[in-house]
Amino acid sequence: MSTVTDGRTDLARPDAAGDAPGVPGGPAGGESAGSSAGPATGSGAPRRRRRWEIPHRAYAVGLLGLLVPAVLLAAWHWASSTGVFAVYQLPPPASVWEAGLDMWSRGELTHHVAISTQRVLLGFAIGASLGLVIGAFVGLSRWSSVLFAPTIGAFRAVPSLAWVPLLILWLKLGEDSKVTLIAIGAFFPVYTMVAGALRHVDSHLVELGRAYGLKPLSLFTRIQLPAVLPSVVSGLRLALAQAWLFLVAAELAGASMGLGFLLTDSQNNGRVDRLVLAIVLLALLGKLTDSIIGVAEKRLLRRWI
Amino acid sequence: MVPTLTATPAPTGRAAASPVRLRGVTRSFPTSTGLHHVLAGIDLDIAAGEIVALIGASGCGKSTLLRQICGLDTADAGELLIGSDPVRPVDQRCAMAFQEPRLLPWRNLAENVALGLPPGTPAAAGRARVGELLHLVGLGEYADRLPRQVSGGMAQRTSLARALARNPEVLLLDEPFGALDALTRLNMQDLLLDVHAAEPTTVVLVTHDVDEALYLADRVALVGTDRPGGGADIRSAITVPGSRPRDRGDAELAALKVQLLEGLGVHAQHRR
Repeated sequence: MSTVTDGRTDLARPDAAGDAPGVPGGPAGGESAGSSAGPATGSGAPRRRRRWEIPHRAYAVGLLGLLVPAVLLAAWHWASSTGVFAVYQLPPPASVWEAGLDMWSRGELTHHVAISTQRVLLGFAIGASLGLVIGAFVGLSRWSSVLFAPTIGAFRAVPSLAWVPLLILWLKLGEDSKVTLIAIGAFFPVYTMVAGALRHVDSHLVELGRAYGLKPLSLFTRIQLPAVLPSVVSGLRLALAQAWLFLVAAELAGASMGLGFLLTDSQNNGRVDRLVLAIVLLALLGKLTDSIIGVAEKRLLRRWI
Repeated sequence: MVPTLTATPAPTGRAAASPVRLRGVTRSFPTSTGLHHVLAGIDLDIAAGEIVALIGASGCGKSTLLRQICGLDTADAGELLIGSDPVRPVDQRCAMAFQEPRLLPWRNLAENVALGLPPGTPAAAGRARVGELLHLVGLGEYADRLPRQVSGGMAQRTSLARALARNPEVLLLDEPFGALDALTRLNMQDLLLDVHAAEPTTVVLVTHDVDEALYLADRVALVGTDRPGGGADIRSAITVPGSRPRDRGDAELAALKVQLLEGLGVHAQHRR
């Protein structure tokens, strides 16, 4: 009974023998599975459980994803040690690593990373929440869409750096101006995805909700919001990426700490090793936070995918 | 009309079946070329616990009529009563099952049925009722499946269970078996009769399957019009002889079928 399919056996599914028509995505269209429901097939484990039974496969995929970074690292080492690039243009990985260790031991590295992460998370939380609320209004109400969508669209077209002088003028150089800029960056992807998706929720499901007496708020929380959840999560992922982009814009202009500050400061002092370090850290942090959302997405959207 | 069914005491906690009364129900929709008349003076009385089938050609207004009864759409004129009270916009005394199952894809079957529970149902009672209904429609073993993991017939049975969860005084079925294959449809018809025997509510069934109408209904109402562009009314309403369960091959029903098909503009001769 244990037929081998793509590298694993059917033994992983205890119900595989008894419930052949029912499990893999639904029986072909017969009614037989239902009316003659044998009690022996009752366990009926849905397909999703299998995902947790093959973790080694996930590890393999993760390791394969590290292949290209390893090759890049080797190429970087080769290019800087054989003189393709001068050391002042591209320091070898080892000296970037040492610069990192040096800053770590003096506590500066943690400080820069912590303050930047804090700004990103704060701005992301504010911007994404506003994006969800305003996106919901514009997506659900024809009137708000007619009134506000063109204006919001115009604001979306303003490049991030264009906001910086105005925000500094209004909110001074402190945290407020930086968090606000990041919130602006995080707002638009969520707003755009949510408003767009809500306009296209299956009208049959909305009518169903009305037929069962759901009022607008419960219609939103029980039908419309779950229906667009995949889009909301995609919007959040894009928003987080935008938040890191806008962080650098915010910190390049007038900051005394953070990764953006580390970039400008290193440029002014000719510390190319620290400059590259800041870039590598931005890449790592951005990827890390994105992966966290990715894992949350998988668990949250188990029923949608 | 159906004393045996209405006399059955309703199971505990269920709403009683209600009669439905329609008088002069009229509905038009504005289009770019003027008013499109759909319903013109529908008169129909449906007894409590009765099963009435509405048949008619595609686009004749059957579904529009069904929407009037549950208040999903509002008539331009006319009187609609459930029991002795007028129909309210989206009347919660009705429950509707549509041609498509319309299950929420992110909820399992039990959670989909639970959507139909009357608001304010205590959680434990709700769970028990959902389990009971899933069992009634033969899906007791599938409560935690997602809609995409079950067949079309199973999804449609879930939709029926969801409508029953409301404990409706009037159950409205809009071509509920129309999208199913022929064999599944026959099974579903028998299931509906079992369900009606267990929970004897008033049923209004829209269909364009004459056999289905004759097999299921106490009365069959022919919806249509004799004037092109005019709204539909009830052309005729016939009482189906005999009591359920009926014999699908009954000769008397075959004669009625010919009569109804003639009313729908289909001639029996050509079929042989």
